[in-house]
Amino acid sequence: MKRIYIDHSATTPLDKRALEKMLPYFTEVYGNPNSQHFFGREAMKAVDEARDKIASLIGAKPNEIYFTSGGTEADNWVLRGVAQQFAHKGKHMIISKIEHAAMLTTAKELEKQGFEFTYLGVDKYGVVDLEELKKSIRPDTILIGVMFANNEVGTIQPIKEIAEIAKEHGILCFTDAVQAMGTLKTDVRELGVDFMSFSAHKFYGPKGIGALYIRNGVPLGRIITGGHQERTKRGGTTNVPAIVGFAEALSIAEEELDKNAKYIASLRDAFIDRVLAEIPYVRLNGHRTQRLPGNADFSFEYIEGESILFSLDLAGIAVSSGSACSSGSLEASHVLLAMGVPEATAHGSIRFSFGKHNTMEEVNYTVDKLKEIVQKLREMSPLYSEMIKGEGKNV
Amino acid sequence: MYNEKVMEAFSNPKNVGEIENPDGFGKVGNASCGDIMQITLRIKDDVIEDAKFKTFGCAAAIATSSTATEMVKGMKIEDALKVTNSQVVEKLEGLPPQKIHCSVLAEEAIKAAIDDYRNKQQNGGKSDAASVKDEDVKYV
Repeated sequence: MKRIYIDHSATTPLDKRALEKMLPYFTEVYGNPNSQHFFGREAMKAVDEARDKIASLIGAKPNEIYFTSGGTEADNWVLRGVAQQFAHKGKHMIISKIEHAAMLTTAKELEKQGFEFTYLGVDKYGVVDLEELKKSIRPDTILIGVMFANNEVGTIQPIKEIAEIAKEHGILCFTDAVQAMGTLKTDVRELGVDFMSFSAHKFYGPKGIGALYIRNGVPLGRIITGGHQERTKRGGTTNVPAIVGFAEALSIAEEELDKNAKYIASLRDAFIDRVLAEIPYVRLNGHRTQRLPGNADFSFEYIEGESILFSLDLAGIAVSSGSACSSGSLEASHVLLAMGVPEATAHGSIRFSFGKHNTMEEVNYTVDKLKEIVQKLREMSPLYSEMIKGEGKNV
Repeated sequence: MYNEKVMEAFSNPKNVGEIENPDGFGKVGNASCGDIMQITLRIKDDVIEDAKFKTFGCAAAIATSSTATEMVKGMKIEDALKVTNSQVVEKLEGLPPQKIHCSVLAEEAIKAAIDDYRNKQQNGGKSDAASVKDEDVKYV
């Protein structure tokens, strides 16, 4: 059976070059970087070099990079750390409605602790409204946090403009760059943000490692207390091999960024063109051009996303469904609803996210299969037959 | 997340379609919740001769629709009314907890179709799918 992976926004395979770099740090250079002896010192050297490399790739200084277990921890750290550190100044934060669950769930927790959140709306493409942002700012606002690019529909946000607005008002600015890193240019100085989170496994690095950029001079409370790791800001034994793989993967991603982004976008565009031309009653979610190079998110009217996902799965094609039925709850995607997509339509959504190893042949095979699957599921759908009969209710 | 039995029922569903001028018509669920099940029955002398379904929903919704229609085919309506969602789940050798509601929907769709048949019998009228209005759609 074919095995086609079109779910690179979920995770990516580890780049073999990064794996090669990591291997000695499991069995040979295995010291704890915090140990004072030579085993520790050689491990620390690797971590320092990785930190230097990552910092230079995102326009930061090495002491502004803090390793975490991934994007979720980094997002938690910013929200909870700002809450801790600045509660005396104010208890209001502004984030967007389409943030990752790492942000939204944490915000709900902080609300229980007396913090207030404004959730910024987005337009039909999923872009945050800057006027609404300006109007939402209050004297007690302590943080503005908007993701760099959305994980579901791939829409790229005007982070630079958001950071400028935050700066004008003396408010800290955070961006979750988990989806953007490795495919879009992400220079923290150019963006002007105070915090930025990212995660290695989204750009062909290892899982379980990420980082938070914290601009020098910005105090941030800590959430994981322990030893002296990460300048006492984040306890826990340093994951040396993962950090080495992280730096190597990012350096490869940055080096090949233009080439890969162009190639992946060409696959994605061919895919979008064919789907829109050959499958009726389909809607492309997100912006046609202002989106992550690999992302194509569609709503297929009259059918449900999970059944599309599993039909593709049976055909050897791996994708994601925004429809939350597949993730255990019965709500349609919060991102699509925020964009004004009707609920029933939102239930029929599938995210395709292409990567550097995909081929045009895979794109074409996927469209061919998708056409058959959509047709088969529509023949099973009462909504579709109602629509065909012309008695279509509001679906 | 699904066992092989569910995946088989989902990928090769039985009884897909719609019986023309059915004796019993049932439709439950709603689009905004992400699942709608429609069941049409051909009933003769209180025995279900044929059952067909159309479903908008997840793999579990399609699998339970297929299984439930298979189960009630050939049954007397009083027996079909006794078919429970747990029996549908049993036939499928289990469903993930968050998908149990699909089996409930299947049970309710069968019941709604039989109710429709009985109402038609009492009113002496002919069952007609097109006569079913929005109000008849049960929201669960």
